[in-house]
Amino acid sequence: MELIELKDIHKTYHLGEVDVPVLKGVSLTIARGELVALMGASGSGKTTLMNLLGCLDHPTTGEYWLEGREISQLTTAERARVRKATIGFVFQSFNLLARTSALENVIMPLTYGGEHLSERTMRERAATLLEKVGLAERLDHQPSQLSGGQQQRVAIARSLVNRPRVLLADEPTGNLDSRTSEEILRMFQDLNCADGLTIILVTHDPGVAQHAQRVIRIHDGLIVDGETAAREPVAAGGVG
Amino acid sequence: MKSYQTLKTAMRALRRNVMRAALTTLGIVIGVAAVIAMMEIGNGSSIAIQRTIASMGANNLLIQPGTAASGGVSFGAGSVMTLTPEDAEAIARECPAVGSVAPAVRARTQVVYGNRNWVPMFIYGTTPAYLDVRDWADMAEGEAFTDRDVRNSSKVCLIGQTLVRELFGGESPLGKEIRLQNVSFKVVGVLQRKGANMMGMDQDDVVLAPWTTIKYRVVGSSATTVNQSTAAASTSVNTLSQIYPNTAPNLYPVPSDTEQADTPQPVRFTNVDQIIAAARSSKQIPTAIQQIRGLLRERHHLRPGDSDDFNIRDMTEMTRAMSSTTELMTKLLLVVAMISLVVGGVGIMNIMLVSVTERTREIGLRMAVGAEPGDILQQFLVEAVVLCLTGGAVGILAGRACSYLVTLMLRWPTASSLGAIIASVLVSASVGIVFGYYPAWKASRLDPIDALRYE
Repeated sequence: MELIELKDIHKTYHLGEVDVPVLKGVSLTIARGELVALMGASGSGKTTLMNLLGCLDHPTTGEYWLEGREISQLTTAERARVRKATIGFVFQSFNLLARTSALENVIMPLTYGGEHLSERTMRERAATLLEKVGLAERLDHQPSQLSGGQQQRVAIARSLVNRPRVLLADEPTGNLDSRTSEEILRMFQDLNCADGLTIILVTHDPGVAQHAQRVIRIHDGLIVDGETAAREPVAAGGVG
Repeated sequence: MKSYQTLKTAMRALRRNVMRAALTTLGIVIGVAAVIAMMEIGNGSSIAIQRTIASMGANNLLIQPGTAASGGVSFGAGSVMTLTPEDAEAIARECPAVGSVAPAVRARTQVVYGNRNWVPMFIYGTTPAYLDVRDWADMAEGEAFTDRDVRNSSKVCLIGQTLVRELFGGESPLGKEIRLQNVSFKVVGVLQRKGANMMGMDQDDVVLAPWTTIKYRVVGSSATTVNQSTAAASTSVNTLSQIYPNTAPNLYPVPSDTEQADTPQPVRFTNVDQIIAAARSSKQIPTAIQQIRGLLRERHHLRPGDSDDFNIRDMTEMTRAMSSTTELMTKLLLVVAMISLVVGGVGIMNIMLVSVTERTREIGLRMAVGAEPGDILQQFLVEAVVLCLTGGAVGILAGRACSYLVTLMLRWPTASSLGAIIASVLVSASVGIVFGYYPAWKASRLDPIDALRYE
């Protein structure tokens, strides 16, 4: 069974009188344990597709099967429950809570009680994850005391704390220098290899997409050569 | 989301901006402090006012004998003799709503001291309890007569300030002898000034003496309220007075002393003109009336259906004045309190709205990681309520401190009010909920996609 299956997804925004079709019939499948890059220029519908995949929004028409469940027409609260149980997010701008320690930042998603954990279990789980991302010494540091790379690692630990099946990373290296980017991407690869976590990297940077096993390109609301380009190693010369 | 976690999240969010939280809650602090301080000062004043009005006799009950009627002609209240001193004692003993009670025998006669004379407005024969009833127990000079004086019908009396002025012209009357109906009374005490009563009658124009003395040595009979001085004057040689006879002619032959000794009259019970009682508080007046009525009906052997042979009157007018004063005060304070709390609440709403806007990205993030709209609503609502309750708690302390200072510096009476404290806690919590709801609702309705992208 595929983890994610999109069937003929359309998404149309209504701007006043005008209907703006953004996704025009997207179909794709992502298997468990894949590391996929979702590429596209700005305006291509890449972000919209990511919002749909992240269950932040619902398609106008089409089916979205996640873990064998059709979730395209859930209510806001139901979608929140799906996100809490299944999906982890990593953002370009980290989005950590200011003036809040790294540990508390990682604990935050757990307080919304997907799993009814005790205070101690939450702290232990968060501390373990921060250790895993190499921040064992920095549990009590606040975001302002951390470098960009460290902040993004806190964010990754946060995205993992709910034990999601899918990790959605939206331009995770967009705000980082090339060396730190490399570290972060390697971390994603490790997570993918070691833990078998399904990761979707959303990016416009071919250098980032290079780290993925498969690249799905989206152009003008349609998938182009997504499936055909699968498993094809990206040319080394493509790194800018 | 567990409530403990919600509270912790709210506290953390507030701690991130302590200064703003403190300033926001200042509105509530001032509001609640004002409420508490005003309630306490108001309570103190209204208790003081009540005490003042009570000393005017607002809690007093006047028990008078019933009406005699003959051939359709009523003689008015007090024209039969049905009240006894024992009734007064029984009321004191058996009516729990009555604080103190005293019998009274009235007289109206001339008082003479040296070469001066005066006809006091009130001459009361009573017991020392009368002073408690009238809230008059502190003497300006000397001491009150005692129950023993009442039993012995001692010839002692207390006089009011007007008599001191009229008879003694400023010198101390203590130990001096004054004469009523040619009976000498030793002045043992001088009453404090009380001023006019509600009817404008001078309450200081008074002589108080043991009722036994007044009854047996001065009046002889309660019906005699004739002005003795004019009666005495008219019996002196003055032929003009024969034109307008003001003494009733004797229709029956007056028995001589020997005849009286030969045919003794049956001994009648001793009656008093009225009994004055004081209810323990203005609220207990109706209870006291009921208790006295029941007791007296039983003592007077009245069957069910018989009409009372006495009547009880309270000072309705004064009581009403008293309660309306208190009510007005409470309402006024309530209005002021409401206004200040609403202003405080608007402040809270304002800041919460700013806070929601400022934390849009945070809200988006929380939603992305799985917070449901209800969680967000709850979180912001709890923040607002925590702000308000903290403000309320600080306000209560500040208000108490304020009223304490007022007592200390201005010597205004204050009384702590548990009701005000409970009310302000409830009101500040509901202000938090009411004025926190809109911003919280707005936060919960944000779209996570837009919120995450908000700059």
